[in-house]
Amino acid sequence: MSETAAKQKKVDHPARAAEFIQDKERARWHDNTLWFVRAKRDKMAQSLPEWETLRECAAQIKANTMSRLADYLEEFEAKATKLGAKVHWAKDAAEHNEVVLSILQGHGVKRLVKSKSMLTEECHLNPFLERHGIEVIDTDLGERIVQLDNKPPSHIVLPAIHLKKEDIGQLFHEHLGTKEGATDPQYLAEAARQHLRDKFMQADAGLTGVNFAVAETGGFVICTNEGNADLGVSLPKLHIACMGIEKIIPRTKDLGVFLRLLARSATGQPITTYSSHFHGPREGGELHIVLVDNGRSKILGSDDFRRSLNCIRCGACMNTCPVYRRSGGYSYESTVPGPIGSILAPARDEKAYAALPSACSLCGSCTDVCPVKIDIHHQLLTWRREIAAHGNLAFSKRLSMQMATFVFRRTWLYTLAGKLGRFFGRWTPRFLIYNPLNKWGKQRDLPPFPKRSFREEFSRRKK
Amino acid sequence: MPTVGLFIPCYVDQLYPHVGIATVELLEKCGVHVEFPTAQTCCGQPMANTGCTELAQPLAEKFLQVFAPYEYVVAPSGSCVAMVRHHYEEYFHGRPEYEALRKKTFELTEFLTDVLKIEKLPGRFPYRVGLHQSCHGLRELRLASSSEIVGKAFGKAEQLLKGLDGIELVKLARPDECCGFGGTFAVNEEAVSCMMGEDRIHDHEKAGTQVLTANDMSCLMHLEGLIRRQKKPIRVMHIAEILAGRPV
Repeated sequence: MSETAAKQKKVDHPARAAEFIQDKERARWHDNTLWFVRAKRDKMAQSLPEWETLRECAAQIKANTMSRLADYLEEFEAKATKLGAKVHWAKDAAEHNEVVLSILQGHGVKRLVKSKSMLTEECHLNPFLERHGIEVIDTDLGERIVQLDNKPPSHIVLPAIHLKKEDIGQLFHEHLGTKEGATDPQYLAEAARQHLRDKFMQADAGLTGVNFAVAETGGFVICTNEGNADLGVSLPKLHIACMGIEKIIPRTKDLGVFLRLLARSATGQPITTYSSHFHGPREGGELHIVLVDNGRSKILGSDDFRRSLNCIRCGACMNTCPVYRRSGGYSYESTVPGPIGSILAPARDEKAYAALPSACSLCGSCTDVCPVKIDIHHQLLTWRREIAAHGNLAFSKRLSMQMATFVFRRTWLYTLAGKLGRFFGRWTPRFLIYNPLNKWGKQRDLPPFPKRSFREEFSRRKK
Repeated sequence: MPTVGLFIPCYVDQLYPHVGIATVELLEKCGVHVEFPTAQTCCGQPMANTGCTELAQPLAEKFLQVFAPYEYVVAPSGSCVAMVRHHYEEYFHGRPEYEALRKKTFELTEFLTDVLKIEKLPGRFPYRVGLHQSCHGLRELRLASSSEIVGKAFGKAEQLLKGLDGIELVKLARPDECCGFGGTFAVNEEAVSCMMGEDRIHDHEKAGTQVLTANDMSCLMHLEGLIRRQKKPIRVMHIAEILAGRPV
């Protein structure tokens, strides 16, 4: 999907979600799988009595970071440059892709291995590089799986969470030549390992994302469970690290807060298997760091949505979201799906993603689970207000609300409308009430319509 | 004797008069003088949640005007109280009569436990009861501890229910997952909404719930709609009905 294609299309979340739910058994499996991750997170969080203090610290560190983001970024650039890295700035996705391409072309790179980076997904780097004749291999197992399937990740931490082991067996059979019908995770993982090992050996350059970049040192940290980031940048001489500008933290000691929160929130692990620290290029190598804005400054300038930049991409809001679990990542048609994605996507293109802030029952679980205390569901509500104010709310919805307000402003009209509604509700035949336009009644009964309202009962009671 | 201006959500007024009457009786049993200002209609939450702020505002103005004279405002709904307490801020920022209103507006169970300081109500309810935690009561009003937050567990509705003789509260696999009502979400995202509701009902079935209850009739309207359609043997009652001593 190219950037322009994404811009033209209006995302119809309810329709995509209904499609996903048609296979009820699969939707239920998806829901249970992610709930399992949420439950693991709960257990890990509960094991730390200081959990809420950690969240509060993280929120405050992020608030401070965002209040002086430009200073921290410049500090980081100076320190990283001193360590021997080359720092690039990119204002948007196109510029980011051009920077990466020119570095690769400058080194004659034909084969690139990548560890997980949602930023490069956001910039649609893979298809861009492929168009320029560079082979790109995602080396995170989940990302490699969806890459073989020619799809984007459906979750930011668990990219292939929507696929069952049978689906993966089939994909590997087609692309990696494994036995047909194989579903044994160990066998499949081994096949992927051998396949990826070849790719690691052949690569001319390694590209990684960044989890945290430390302003005071110019170093950065990458968290993986598979060690693929380390493998990808250890063999080739060229390492490119791409990061959104919001990944900065001020001090090394802040890592003590964020690393503890990240893995626990993401997968219910006390810490990721590998937390790799990079300080400048390794001997004889070259390190390039690309700092990308791509709409982040615009969000930073908004009092309503600034806090969404605090996100550390743990995915906990997706795992806990009752809608995401039952509609799947693809129903959002956005690189970052789920609750946090529903804040970020309309910031990029309000018209195209106008449905996402309403793909939410406002239950607030995302806000309570968020390790950096982003008030996610309130920001989604604020987006609904923005979308309506800019005339991007469906006409039928606005009209029904206008009519309701007209009635509710006049108590006499409200009581009359109630009386008429209940009367017709009692006397209208069932098949007329449950007509195809009645979406409530498709799977649900309406309550029986009482003869008298509460206010009538109350006044009779007084007499 | 404290005087309460009773706020009955519009859909409860029209569709669940017995829940309103149970609320009145429960409050009177607790020594409260209850008045029902008849000019009230809707708090404006459906409009606000759809993003139509300017349509919710006149209803908020009306609400403020109607309820300003009362010592307390009590409603058998966490969701509508959350609207008044948190989301009216947008319309009335800094206005003293609003500051007074937000401080004196309570959801029914929190009014009983926090204002009237009731620890135990008399009554017998010998059933296996499944308490559904309505999200706005839980995470906006903090009527109970939510499962995401680390800290001491508590629950105002649970505390009141537990005081009844013979009652058994069931243990759910997912203690506070959303039922999927969500206002216009219930219609807008019909497929997800109904699946969420079904999953909640399955959880209650597995736990052996005989009577399903909640602080909010809106969640229960959605869940009961599914239960009735699928003819499941679960009885649905608002918490005011149980606490007021209504039979099953």
